[in-house]
Amino acid sequence: MLEPSFLVGQALSGLTAAMFLFIVASGLSLVFGVLRVLNFAHGSFYMLGAYLSWQMTQWIGAASGSFWLAALAAAAGVALLGGVIERLLLRYLYGKEDLYQLLLTYALVLLLGDAAKLLWGTQQKAMPRPAGLTGSFEIAGAVVPHYNFFIIVLGPLLAAGCWLLLSRTGIGRMIRAAAYDREMLAALGANVGRLYTLMFMAGAFLAGLGGALVTPVRSIVPGMDVDIIVEAFIVVVIGGLGSFWGTFLGALIFGQVLAFGILILPGFSIFAVFALMAVVLIVRPAGLLGRPLS
Amino acid sequence: MKRIPWAALVWLALVCVPFLGSRFYTFLATEIVILALFALSLNLLLGYAGLVSFGHAAYFGIGAYTCAILMKTHGVPFPLAFLTAGAAGAAFALLFGFFCVRSTKIYFAMLTLAFAQIVWAVCFKWNAVTGGEQGFNNVPYPDLGWMAALPLLGGLRTADHYFLVVMGLAGLCFLALRRIAQSPFGRMLTAIRENPERAEFVGLNVRLYQMAAFTLAGAFAGFAGALFGIFNRGVFPDFAHWAKSAEVLIMVILGGMGSFWGPAVGAAALALLSHQINAVTQYWPLVLGAVLLLLLFVFPGGIMGLRGKRRA
Repeated sequence: MLEPSFLVGQALSGLTAAMFLFIVASGLSLVFGVLRVLNFAHGSFYMLGAYLSWQMTQWIGAASGSFWLAALAAAAGVALLGGVIERLLLRYLYGKEDLYQLLLTYALVLLLGDAAKLLWGTQQKAMPRPAGLTGSFEIAGAVVPHYNFFIIVLGPLLAAGCWLLLSRTGIGRMIRAAAYDREMLAALGANVGRLYTLMFMAGAFLAGLGGALVTPVRSIVPGMDVDIIVEAFIVVVIGGLGSFWGTFLGALIFGQVLAFGILILPGFSIFAVFALMAVVLIVRPAGLLGRPLS
Repeated sequence: MKRIPWAALVWLALVCVPFLGSRFYTFLATEIVILALFALSLNLLLGYAGLVSFGHAAYFGIGAYTCAILMKTHGVPFPLAFLTAGAAGAAFALLFGFFCVRSTKIYFAMLTLAFAQIVWAVCFKWNAVTGGEQGFNNVPYPDLGWMAALPLLGGLRTADHYFLVVMGLAGLCFLALRRIAQSPFGRMLTAIRENPERAEFVGLNVRLYQMAAFTLAGAFAGFAGALFGIFNRGVFPDFAHWAKSAEVLIMVILGGMGSFWGPAVGAAALALLSHQINAVTQYWPLVLGAVLLLLLFVFPGGIMGLRGKRRA
């Protein structure tokens, strides 16, 4: 029989992975919900977040709090890059077919991937866990690093924060209105163009933040951009693209299936996730909490 | 005035390449012809059915591994291995296509990429069968001894003989693809691309047509992969990697998806460009990305699009 400590350990590691995925995938889903643009380069933003935060800590040195400063600065840097991309490139393709926007973000994946290789080389890089969160504790015999516990707490807090922002504030109302009917919102006098830029920056910020926060757990390597975008795609397909809580649910399911899939297929637990995605697509083509796209 | 059969003339000119006696020209011509087949198979989806696949390399890789493994590990003769490679490409395209065409274009884009990445991951990890990261090396040439006995061909190298086999098989595939594109089936695909709702109103089973197109495209990509694996003397996980999918997608757009032969022109252009670039730098994806940006903002019709504009 399986040890309870093993089960708890797997469940918690699945939960940690899920929260990382949620941070990244929520940005993808929000941008799609408002701009109706599927951003292939979202994974590239995540990768840049990781590299930038590594670079920042190289510059600042290992002072206390440097990890957090570097993570926030990296996410802000990625958000800025996102804003520039939206203003200079993406903006000119809104009126055209979906294909053009897809291809633009796809071109960005190629460009940013090689840019990262040019700047940081192909050697993998690692980051230590931030001071204060280096220890671990035990739950039911399973060892839980403090840092993982922090991520498990951060995920739902971030979700609740985003949800409050979307449902209770003026800007949130604007965002929901833009997702619902862009022309009408513009006709009412709102600056939709600026809203789009802000939204794209927010999405890039979340991707960059996810990348910066993942560095103590996973090594920073070229190729992490495509790995995460595929995972984020699966999350939003399961949860429903454009649905905020769907993304949360999708990430939770993804994490658990990945963690327990190794019981069925050691080494290939990603298959279990694909199988689940296939089932969801047959039963609910728009995702668990998604509405069918028009 | 009768139209000049450009495609047939180019084909005839290419057949003469081995007689130039240059290893490099034969090499380049083989590569271009195979990549042209790969690009034309994608254009059945992109140009005719209006489905943008971001994971077309998966079927290329599946075809390449199928043919190479059958020939080397199991000693299957080339014609059978080649046909099986196409069948394998079609079978996987059918399986994945079933899910990919279920929802909107956005979902199609995400799912084609996701399924292709899993194919890549399997090729990368399944050491026992695919050779994993090291690739599947020393793929044998098909037995072409009989060609040396033919008049004219006796003095040629094995690579030249293989090129002629590629010309023959790819030529048949080109004819088949052209026939498909011009058939009522091809016209239906175009109708679906232009207006899926209306196509459905007149009683077309849109998903079924899209799935059929996806499967056919997978089959021809599988053929192209089979030929390429032997040409390359080895099959590597990179064959199924998303960067390969990007390459073929850019070939199609570079050449112009609006015309049947456009993607073949794009394949030739990109293959020549890659030889120039790879001699200077390893940052080929950077160049690909730049080419794609340029195409999006400056030349949306691709090379053949330019020609069309001048005519009009």
